[in-house]
Amino acid sequence: MTSQAQTMNTSRPSNVATILAKFRETGILIFLAVLVIIATLVERRFFSLHNFENILLDISILAIVAAGETMVIISRNIDISVGSSLGLCAIVVGLMFKFNPGVPIIVGLFLGVLLGAVLGSVNGTLVTQFRVPPLIATLGTLSIYRGLVFLSSGGRQVDPNDIPPDLIAMARVGPLGIPWIVIVALLISVLVGLFLRYTHLGRDIYAVGGNPVAARLRGIGVNRVVFLTYLFAGALAGLAGVLYAGRYGTVNPADAGVGFELTVIAATVIGGTNILGGSGTILGTVLGSLLLGVLGNVLAITNVSGFYQKFAQGLVILLAVIIDAIIHNQLQSRR
Amino acid sequence: MAVSSMAQNKTEKVSSLRRLLARREVITFALLIVAFFISSRLSPYFLDIHYIFDATSLYTEIGVMALAMTFVIISGNIDLSIASMLAVTAVSFGLLYTRLGIPIPLAILLALIMGAVLGMINGLIVTRFKLPPMIVTVGTLALYRGLGQIFLGDHAVTGFPESFYGLDMRYVGNSPVPIPLVIFLVLAVIFGLVLHKTSFGRMVYAVGTNQEAARFSGIAVDRVKIVCFMLSGLMAALGAIMMSSRLASARYDMANGWELDVITAVVLGGTDIDGGQGSILGTVLALFLIGVLRSGMGLANIKIEYQLVVIGSLLIMSIIIPNIVRRLRQM
Repeated sequence: MTSQAQTMNTSRPSNVATILAKFRETGILIFLAVLVIIATLVERRFFSLHNFENILLDISILAIVAAGETMVIISRNIDISVGSSLGLCAIVVGLMFKFNPGVPIIVGLFLGVLLGAVLGSVNGTLVTQFRVPPLIATLGTLSIYRGLVFLSSGGRQVDPNDIPPDLIAMARVGPLGIPWIVIVALLISVLVGLFLRYTHLGRDIYAVGGNPVAARLRGIGVNRVVFLTYLFAGALAGLAGVLYAGRYGTVNPADAGVGFELTVIAATVIGGTNILGGSGTILGTVLGSLLLGVLGNVLAITNVSGFYQKFAQGLVILLAVIIDAIIHNQLQSRR
Repeated sequence: MAVSSMAQNKTEKVSSLRRLLARREVITFALLIVAFFISSRLSPYFLDIHYIFDATSLYTEIGVMALAMTFVIISGNIDLSIASMLAVTAVSFGLLYTRLGIPIPLAILLALIMGAVLGMINGLIVTRFKLPPMIVTVGTLALYRGLGQIFLGDHAVTGFPESFYGLDMRYVGNSPVPIPLVIFLVLAVIFGLVLHKTSFGRMVYAVGTNQEAARFSGIAVDRVKIVCFMLSGLMAALGAIMMSSRLASARYDMANGWELDVITAVVLGGTDIDGGQGSILGTVLALFLIGVLRSGMGLANIKIEYQLVVIGSLLIMSIIIPNIVRRLRQM
């Protein structure tokens, strides 16, 4: 029976994982619904189109980076350099716009994704070719990329008037009144979700994370798969960096993406991705990001004082993984 | 497992130069010498003994936490909440003294107990629910610092008595050795003896090498892990007191992000991030390496930004070099 579970693990999430994922997604939805009802009762302003738009804007950048992190974690690795990658891409693209006014924003987006992909492949190379443990490799690059953020900018921030108005508008306008940033985040989530579910490479990511040895025996190029997940994670962090510049209108080297890796990992894990690899969904990650976004917004808008925000975040992370562990153990013992 | 590590110890005693080169502490030590040499070339002030001691003294708060983190990592765990524990115990310590009027020595004792309890909570969650330590401590990283923020908001505790603050400006007698450095070195000896000379130390290695094997050989695996996490909390609390004394104040956002500096020091010192291998000597050498590098580069007017790049590269190189040496040896 264990062997059956293991063979299933190599092709797709095992039954336990599937049940857990379903439970997790409904669980988050119920929690969100309760949160929304309470918030609305306490503070009418919460239930407004304007506020929902704010929440979506807040979580869009998070959801994009977290989609990449989800792939990395499913493959049984971790990337804690994403915050620095985001910061570096934001500042480099910001500087590019500053010195080349009038360049179309698509060039900036392209440059951000490309630079992010390069940063991600450095991580991937360190992990797959030089056998540096993922946590250490990306801890090293977290520091290196952050250093490069300061070096490339000379420590000065990129001002709002250096950032093209079109890019800033992406956080304000869009089809049907939905800002472009939100649309991009939605599109990325759907694409990555479909990629993980329906492509060979996507399913190989689960196989590698579920059981790297078995994956290798089945002829999957484990190193190639792991390298690519890092590359994707970097590229998405790069894209998020450019959008960050648009959303906030400035890029400050001392705080663009600083500490963001922890929020990203939190969203991913709250969404049910197993930190030990092999299971997880993009839908879960999007819901995890949404939960963090709504929680922050509710605390802010109901005047509970922003001081409770970090504490509440920590509590949600712990509750999510503890409930997970309890259910997991029960399911295991029942079978 | 214990047998194999003993066998390893024996072979190390008759080690050839190549084996020596593959030992991580040796690489850390070599890097330290190089850093020292370059720094003294870059600035004439560097070789001033006062300066070296004062500069390293700045890193002793990270140092005492790195000692405990060495235990945590060798046992196959990790504690990302360590800097948050520092923040919340510093804030609590400050409030105990200023708001409740509890005398400093008692407040210090309570802060140390609080640190150990916070660490125990980490250990209990990890062992009870069989959860990965990384994710548990990402949770408590936010939780503990958040607690500090709830206690104090965006204010700072000040008004410590003169007898308490300025620990970093006090020296042993007339010598140039600052007190924090002494605290660190004494603790390093104690931690080193416990890790390398006691049965508890051997259990820590055994748990980190192979948890199941350790369990079968009768080691209370969960208890060992919980004690490691408690040490981590205890040293975070000590770091909190040293830092509050140095800054003469406490805030919820102090030592923000230091968990990564602490882990960098431990890994740079040759401790295997996957557990089972490492030494206190390595951690101490790595701390001096970071101290020498940072202060050397600081004296030579090399910006903090370059320092980030250098430390990050060193961390990665310290893993890659032994890997290459090992590969060459196998050829």
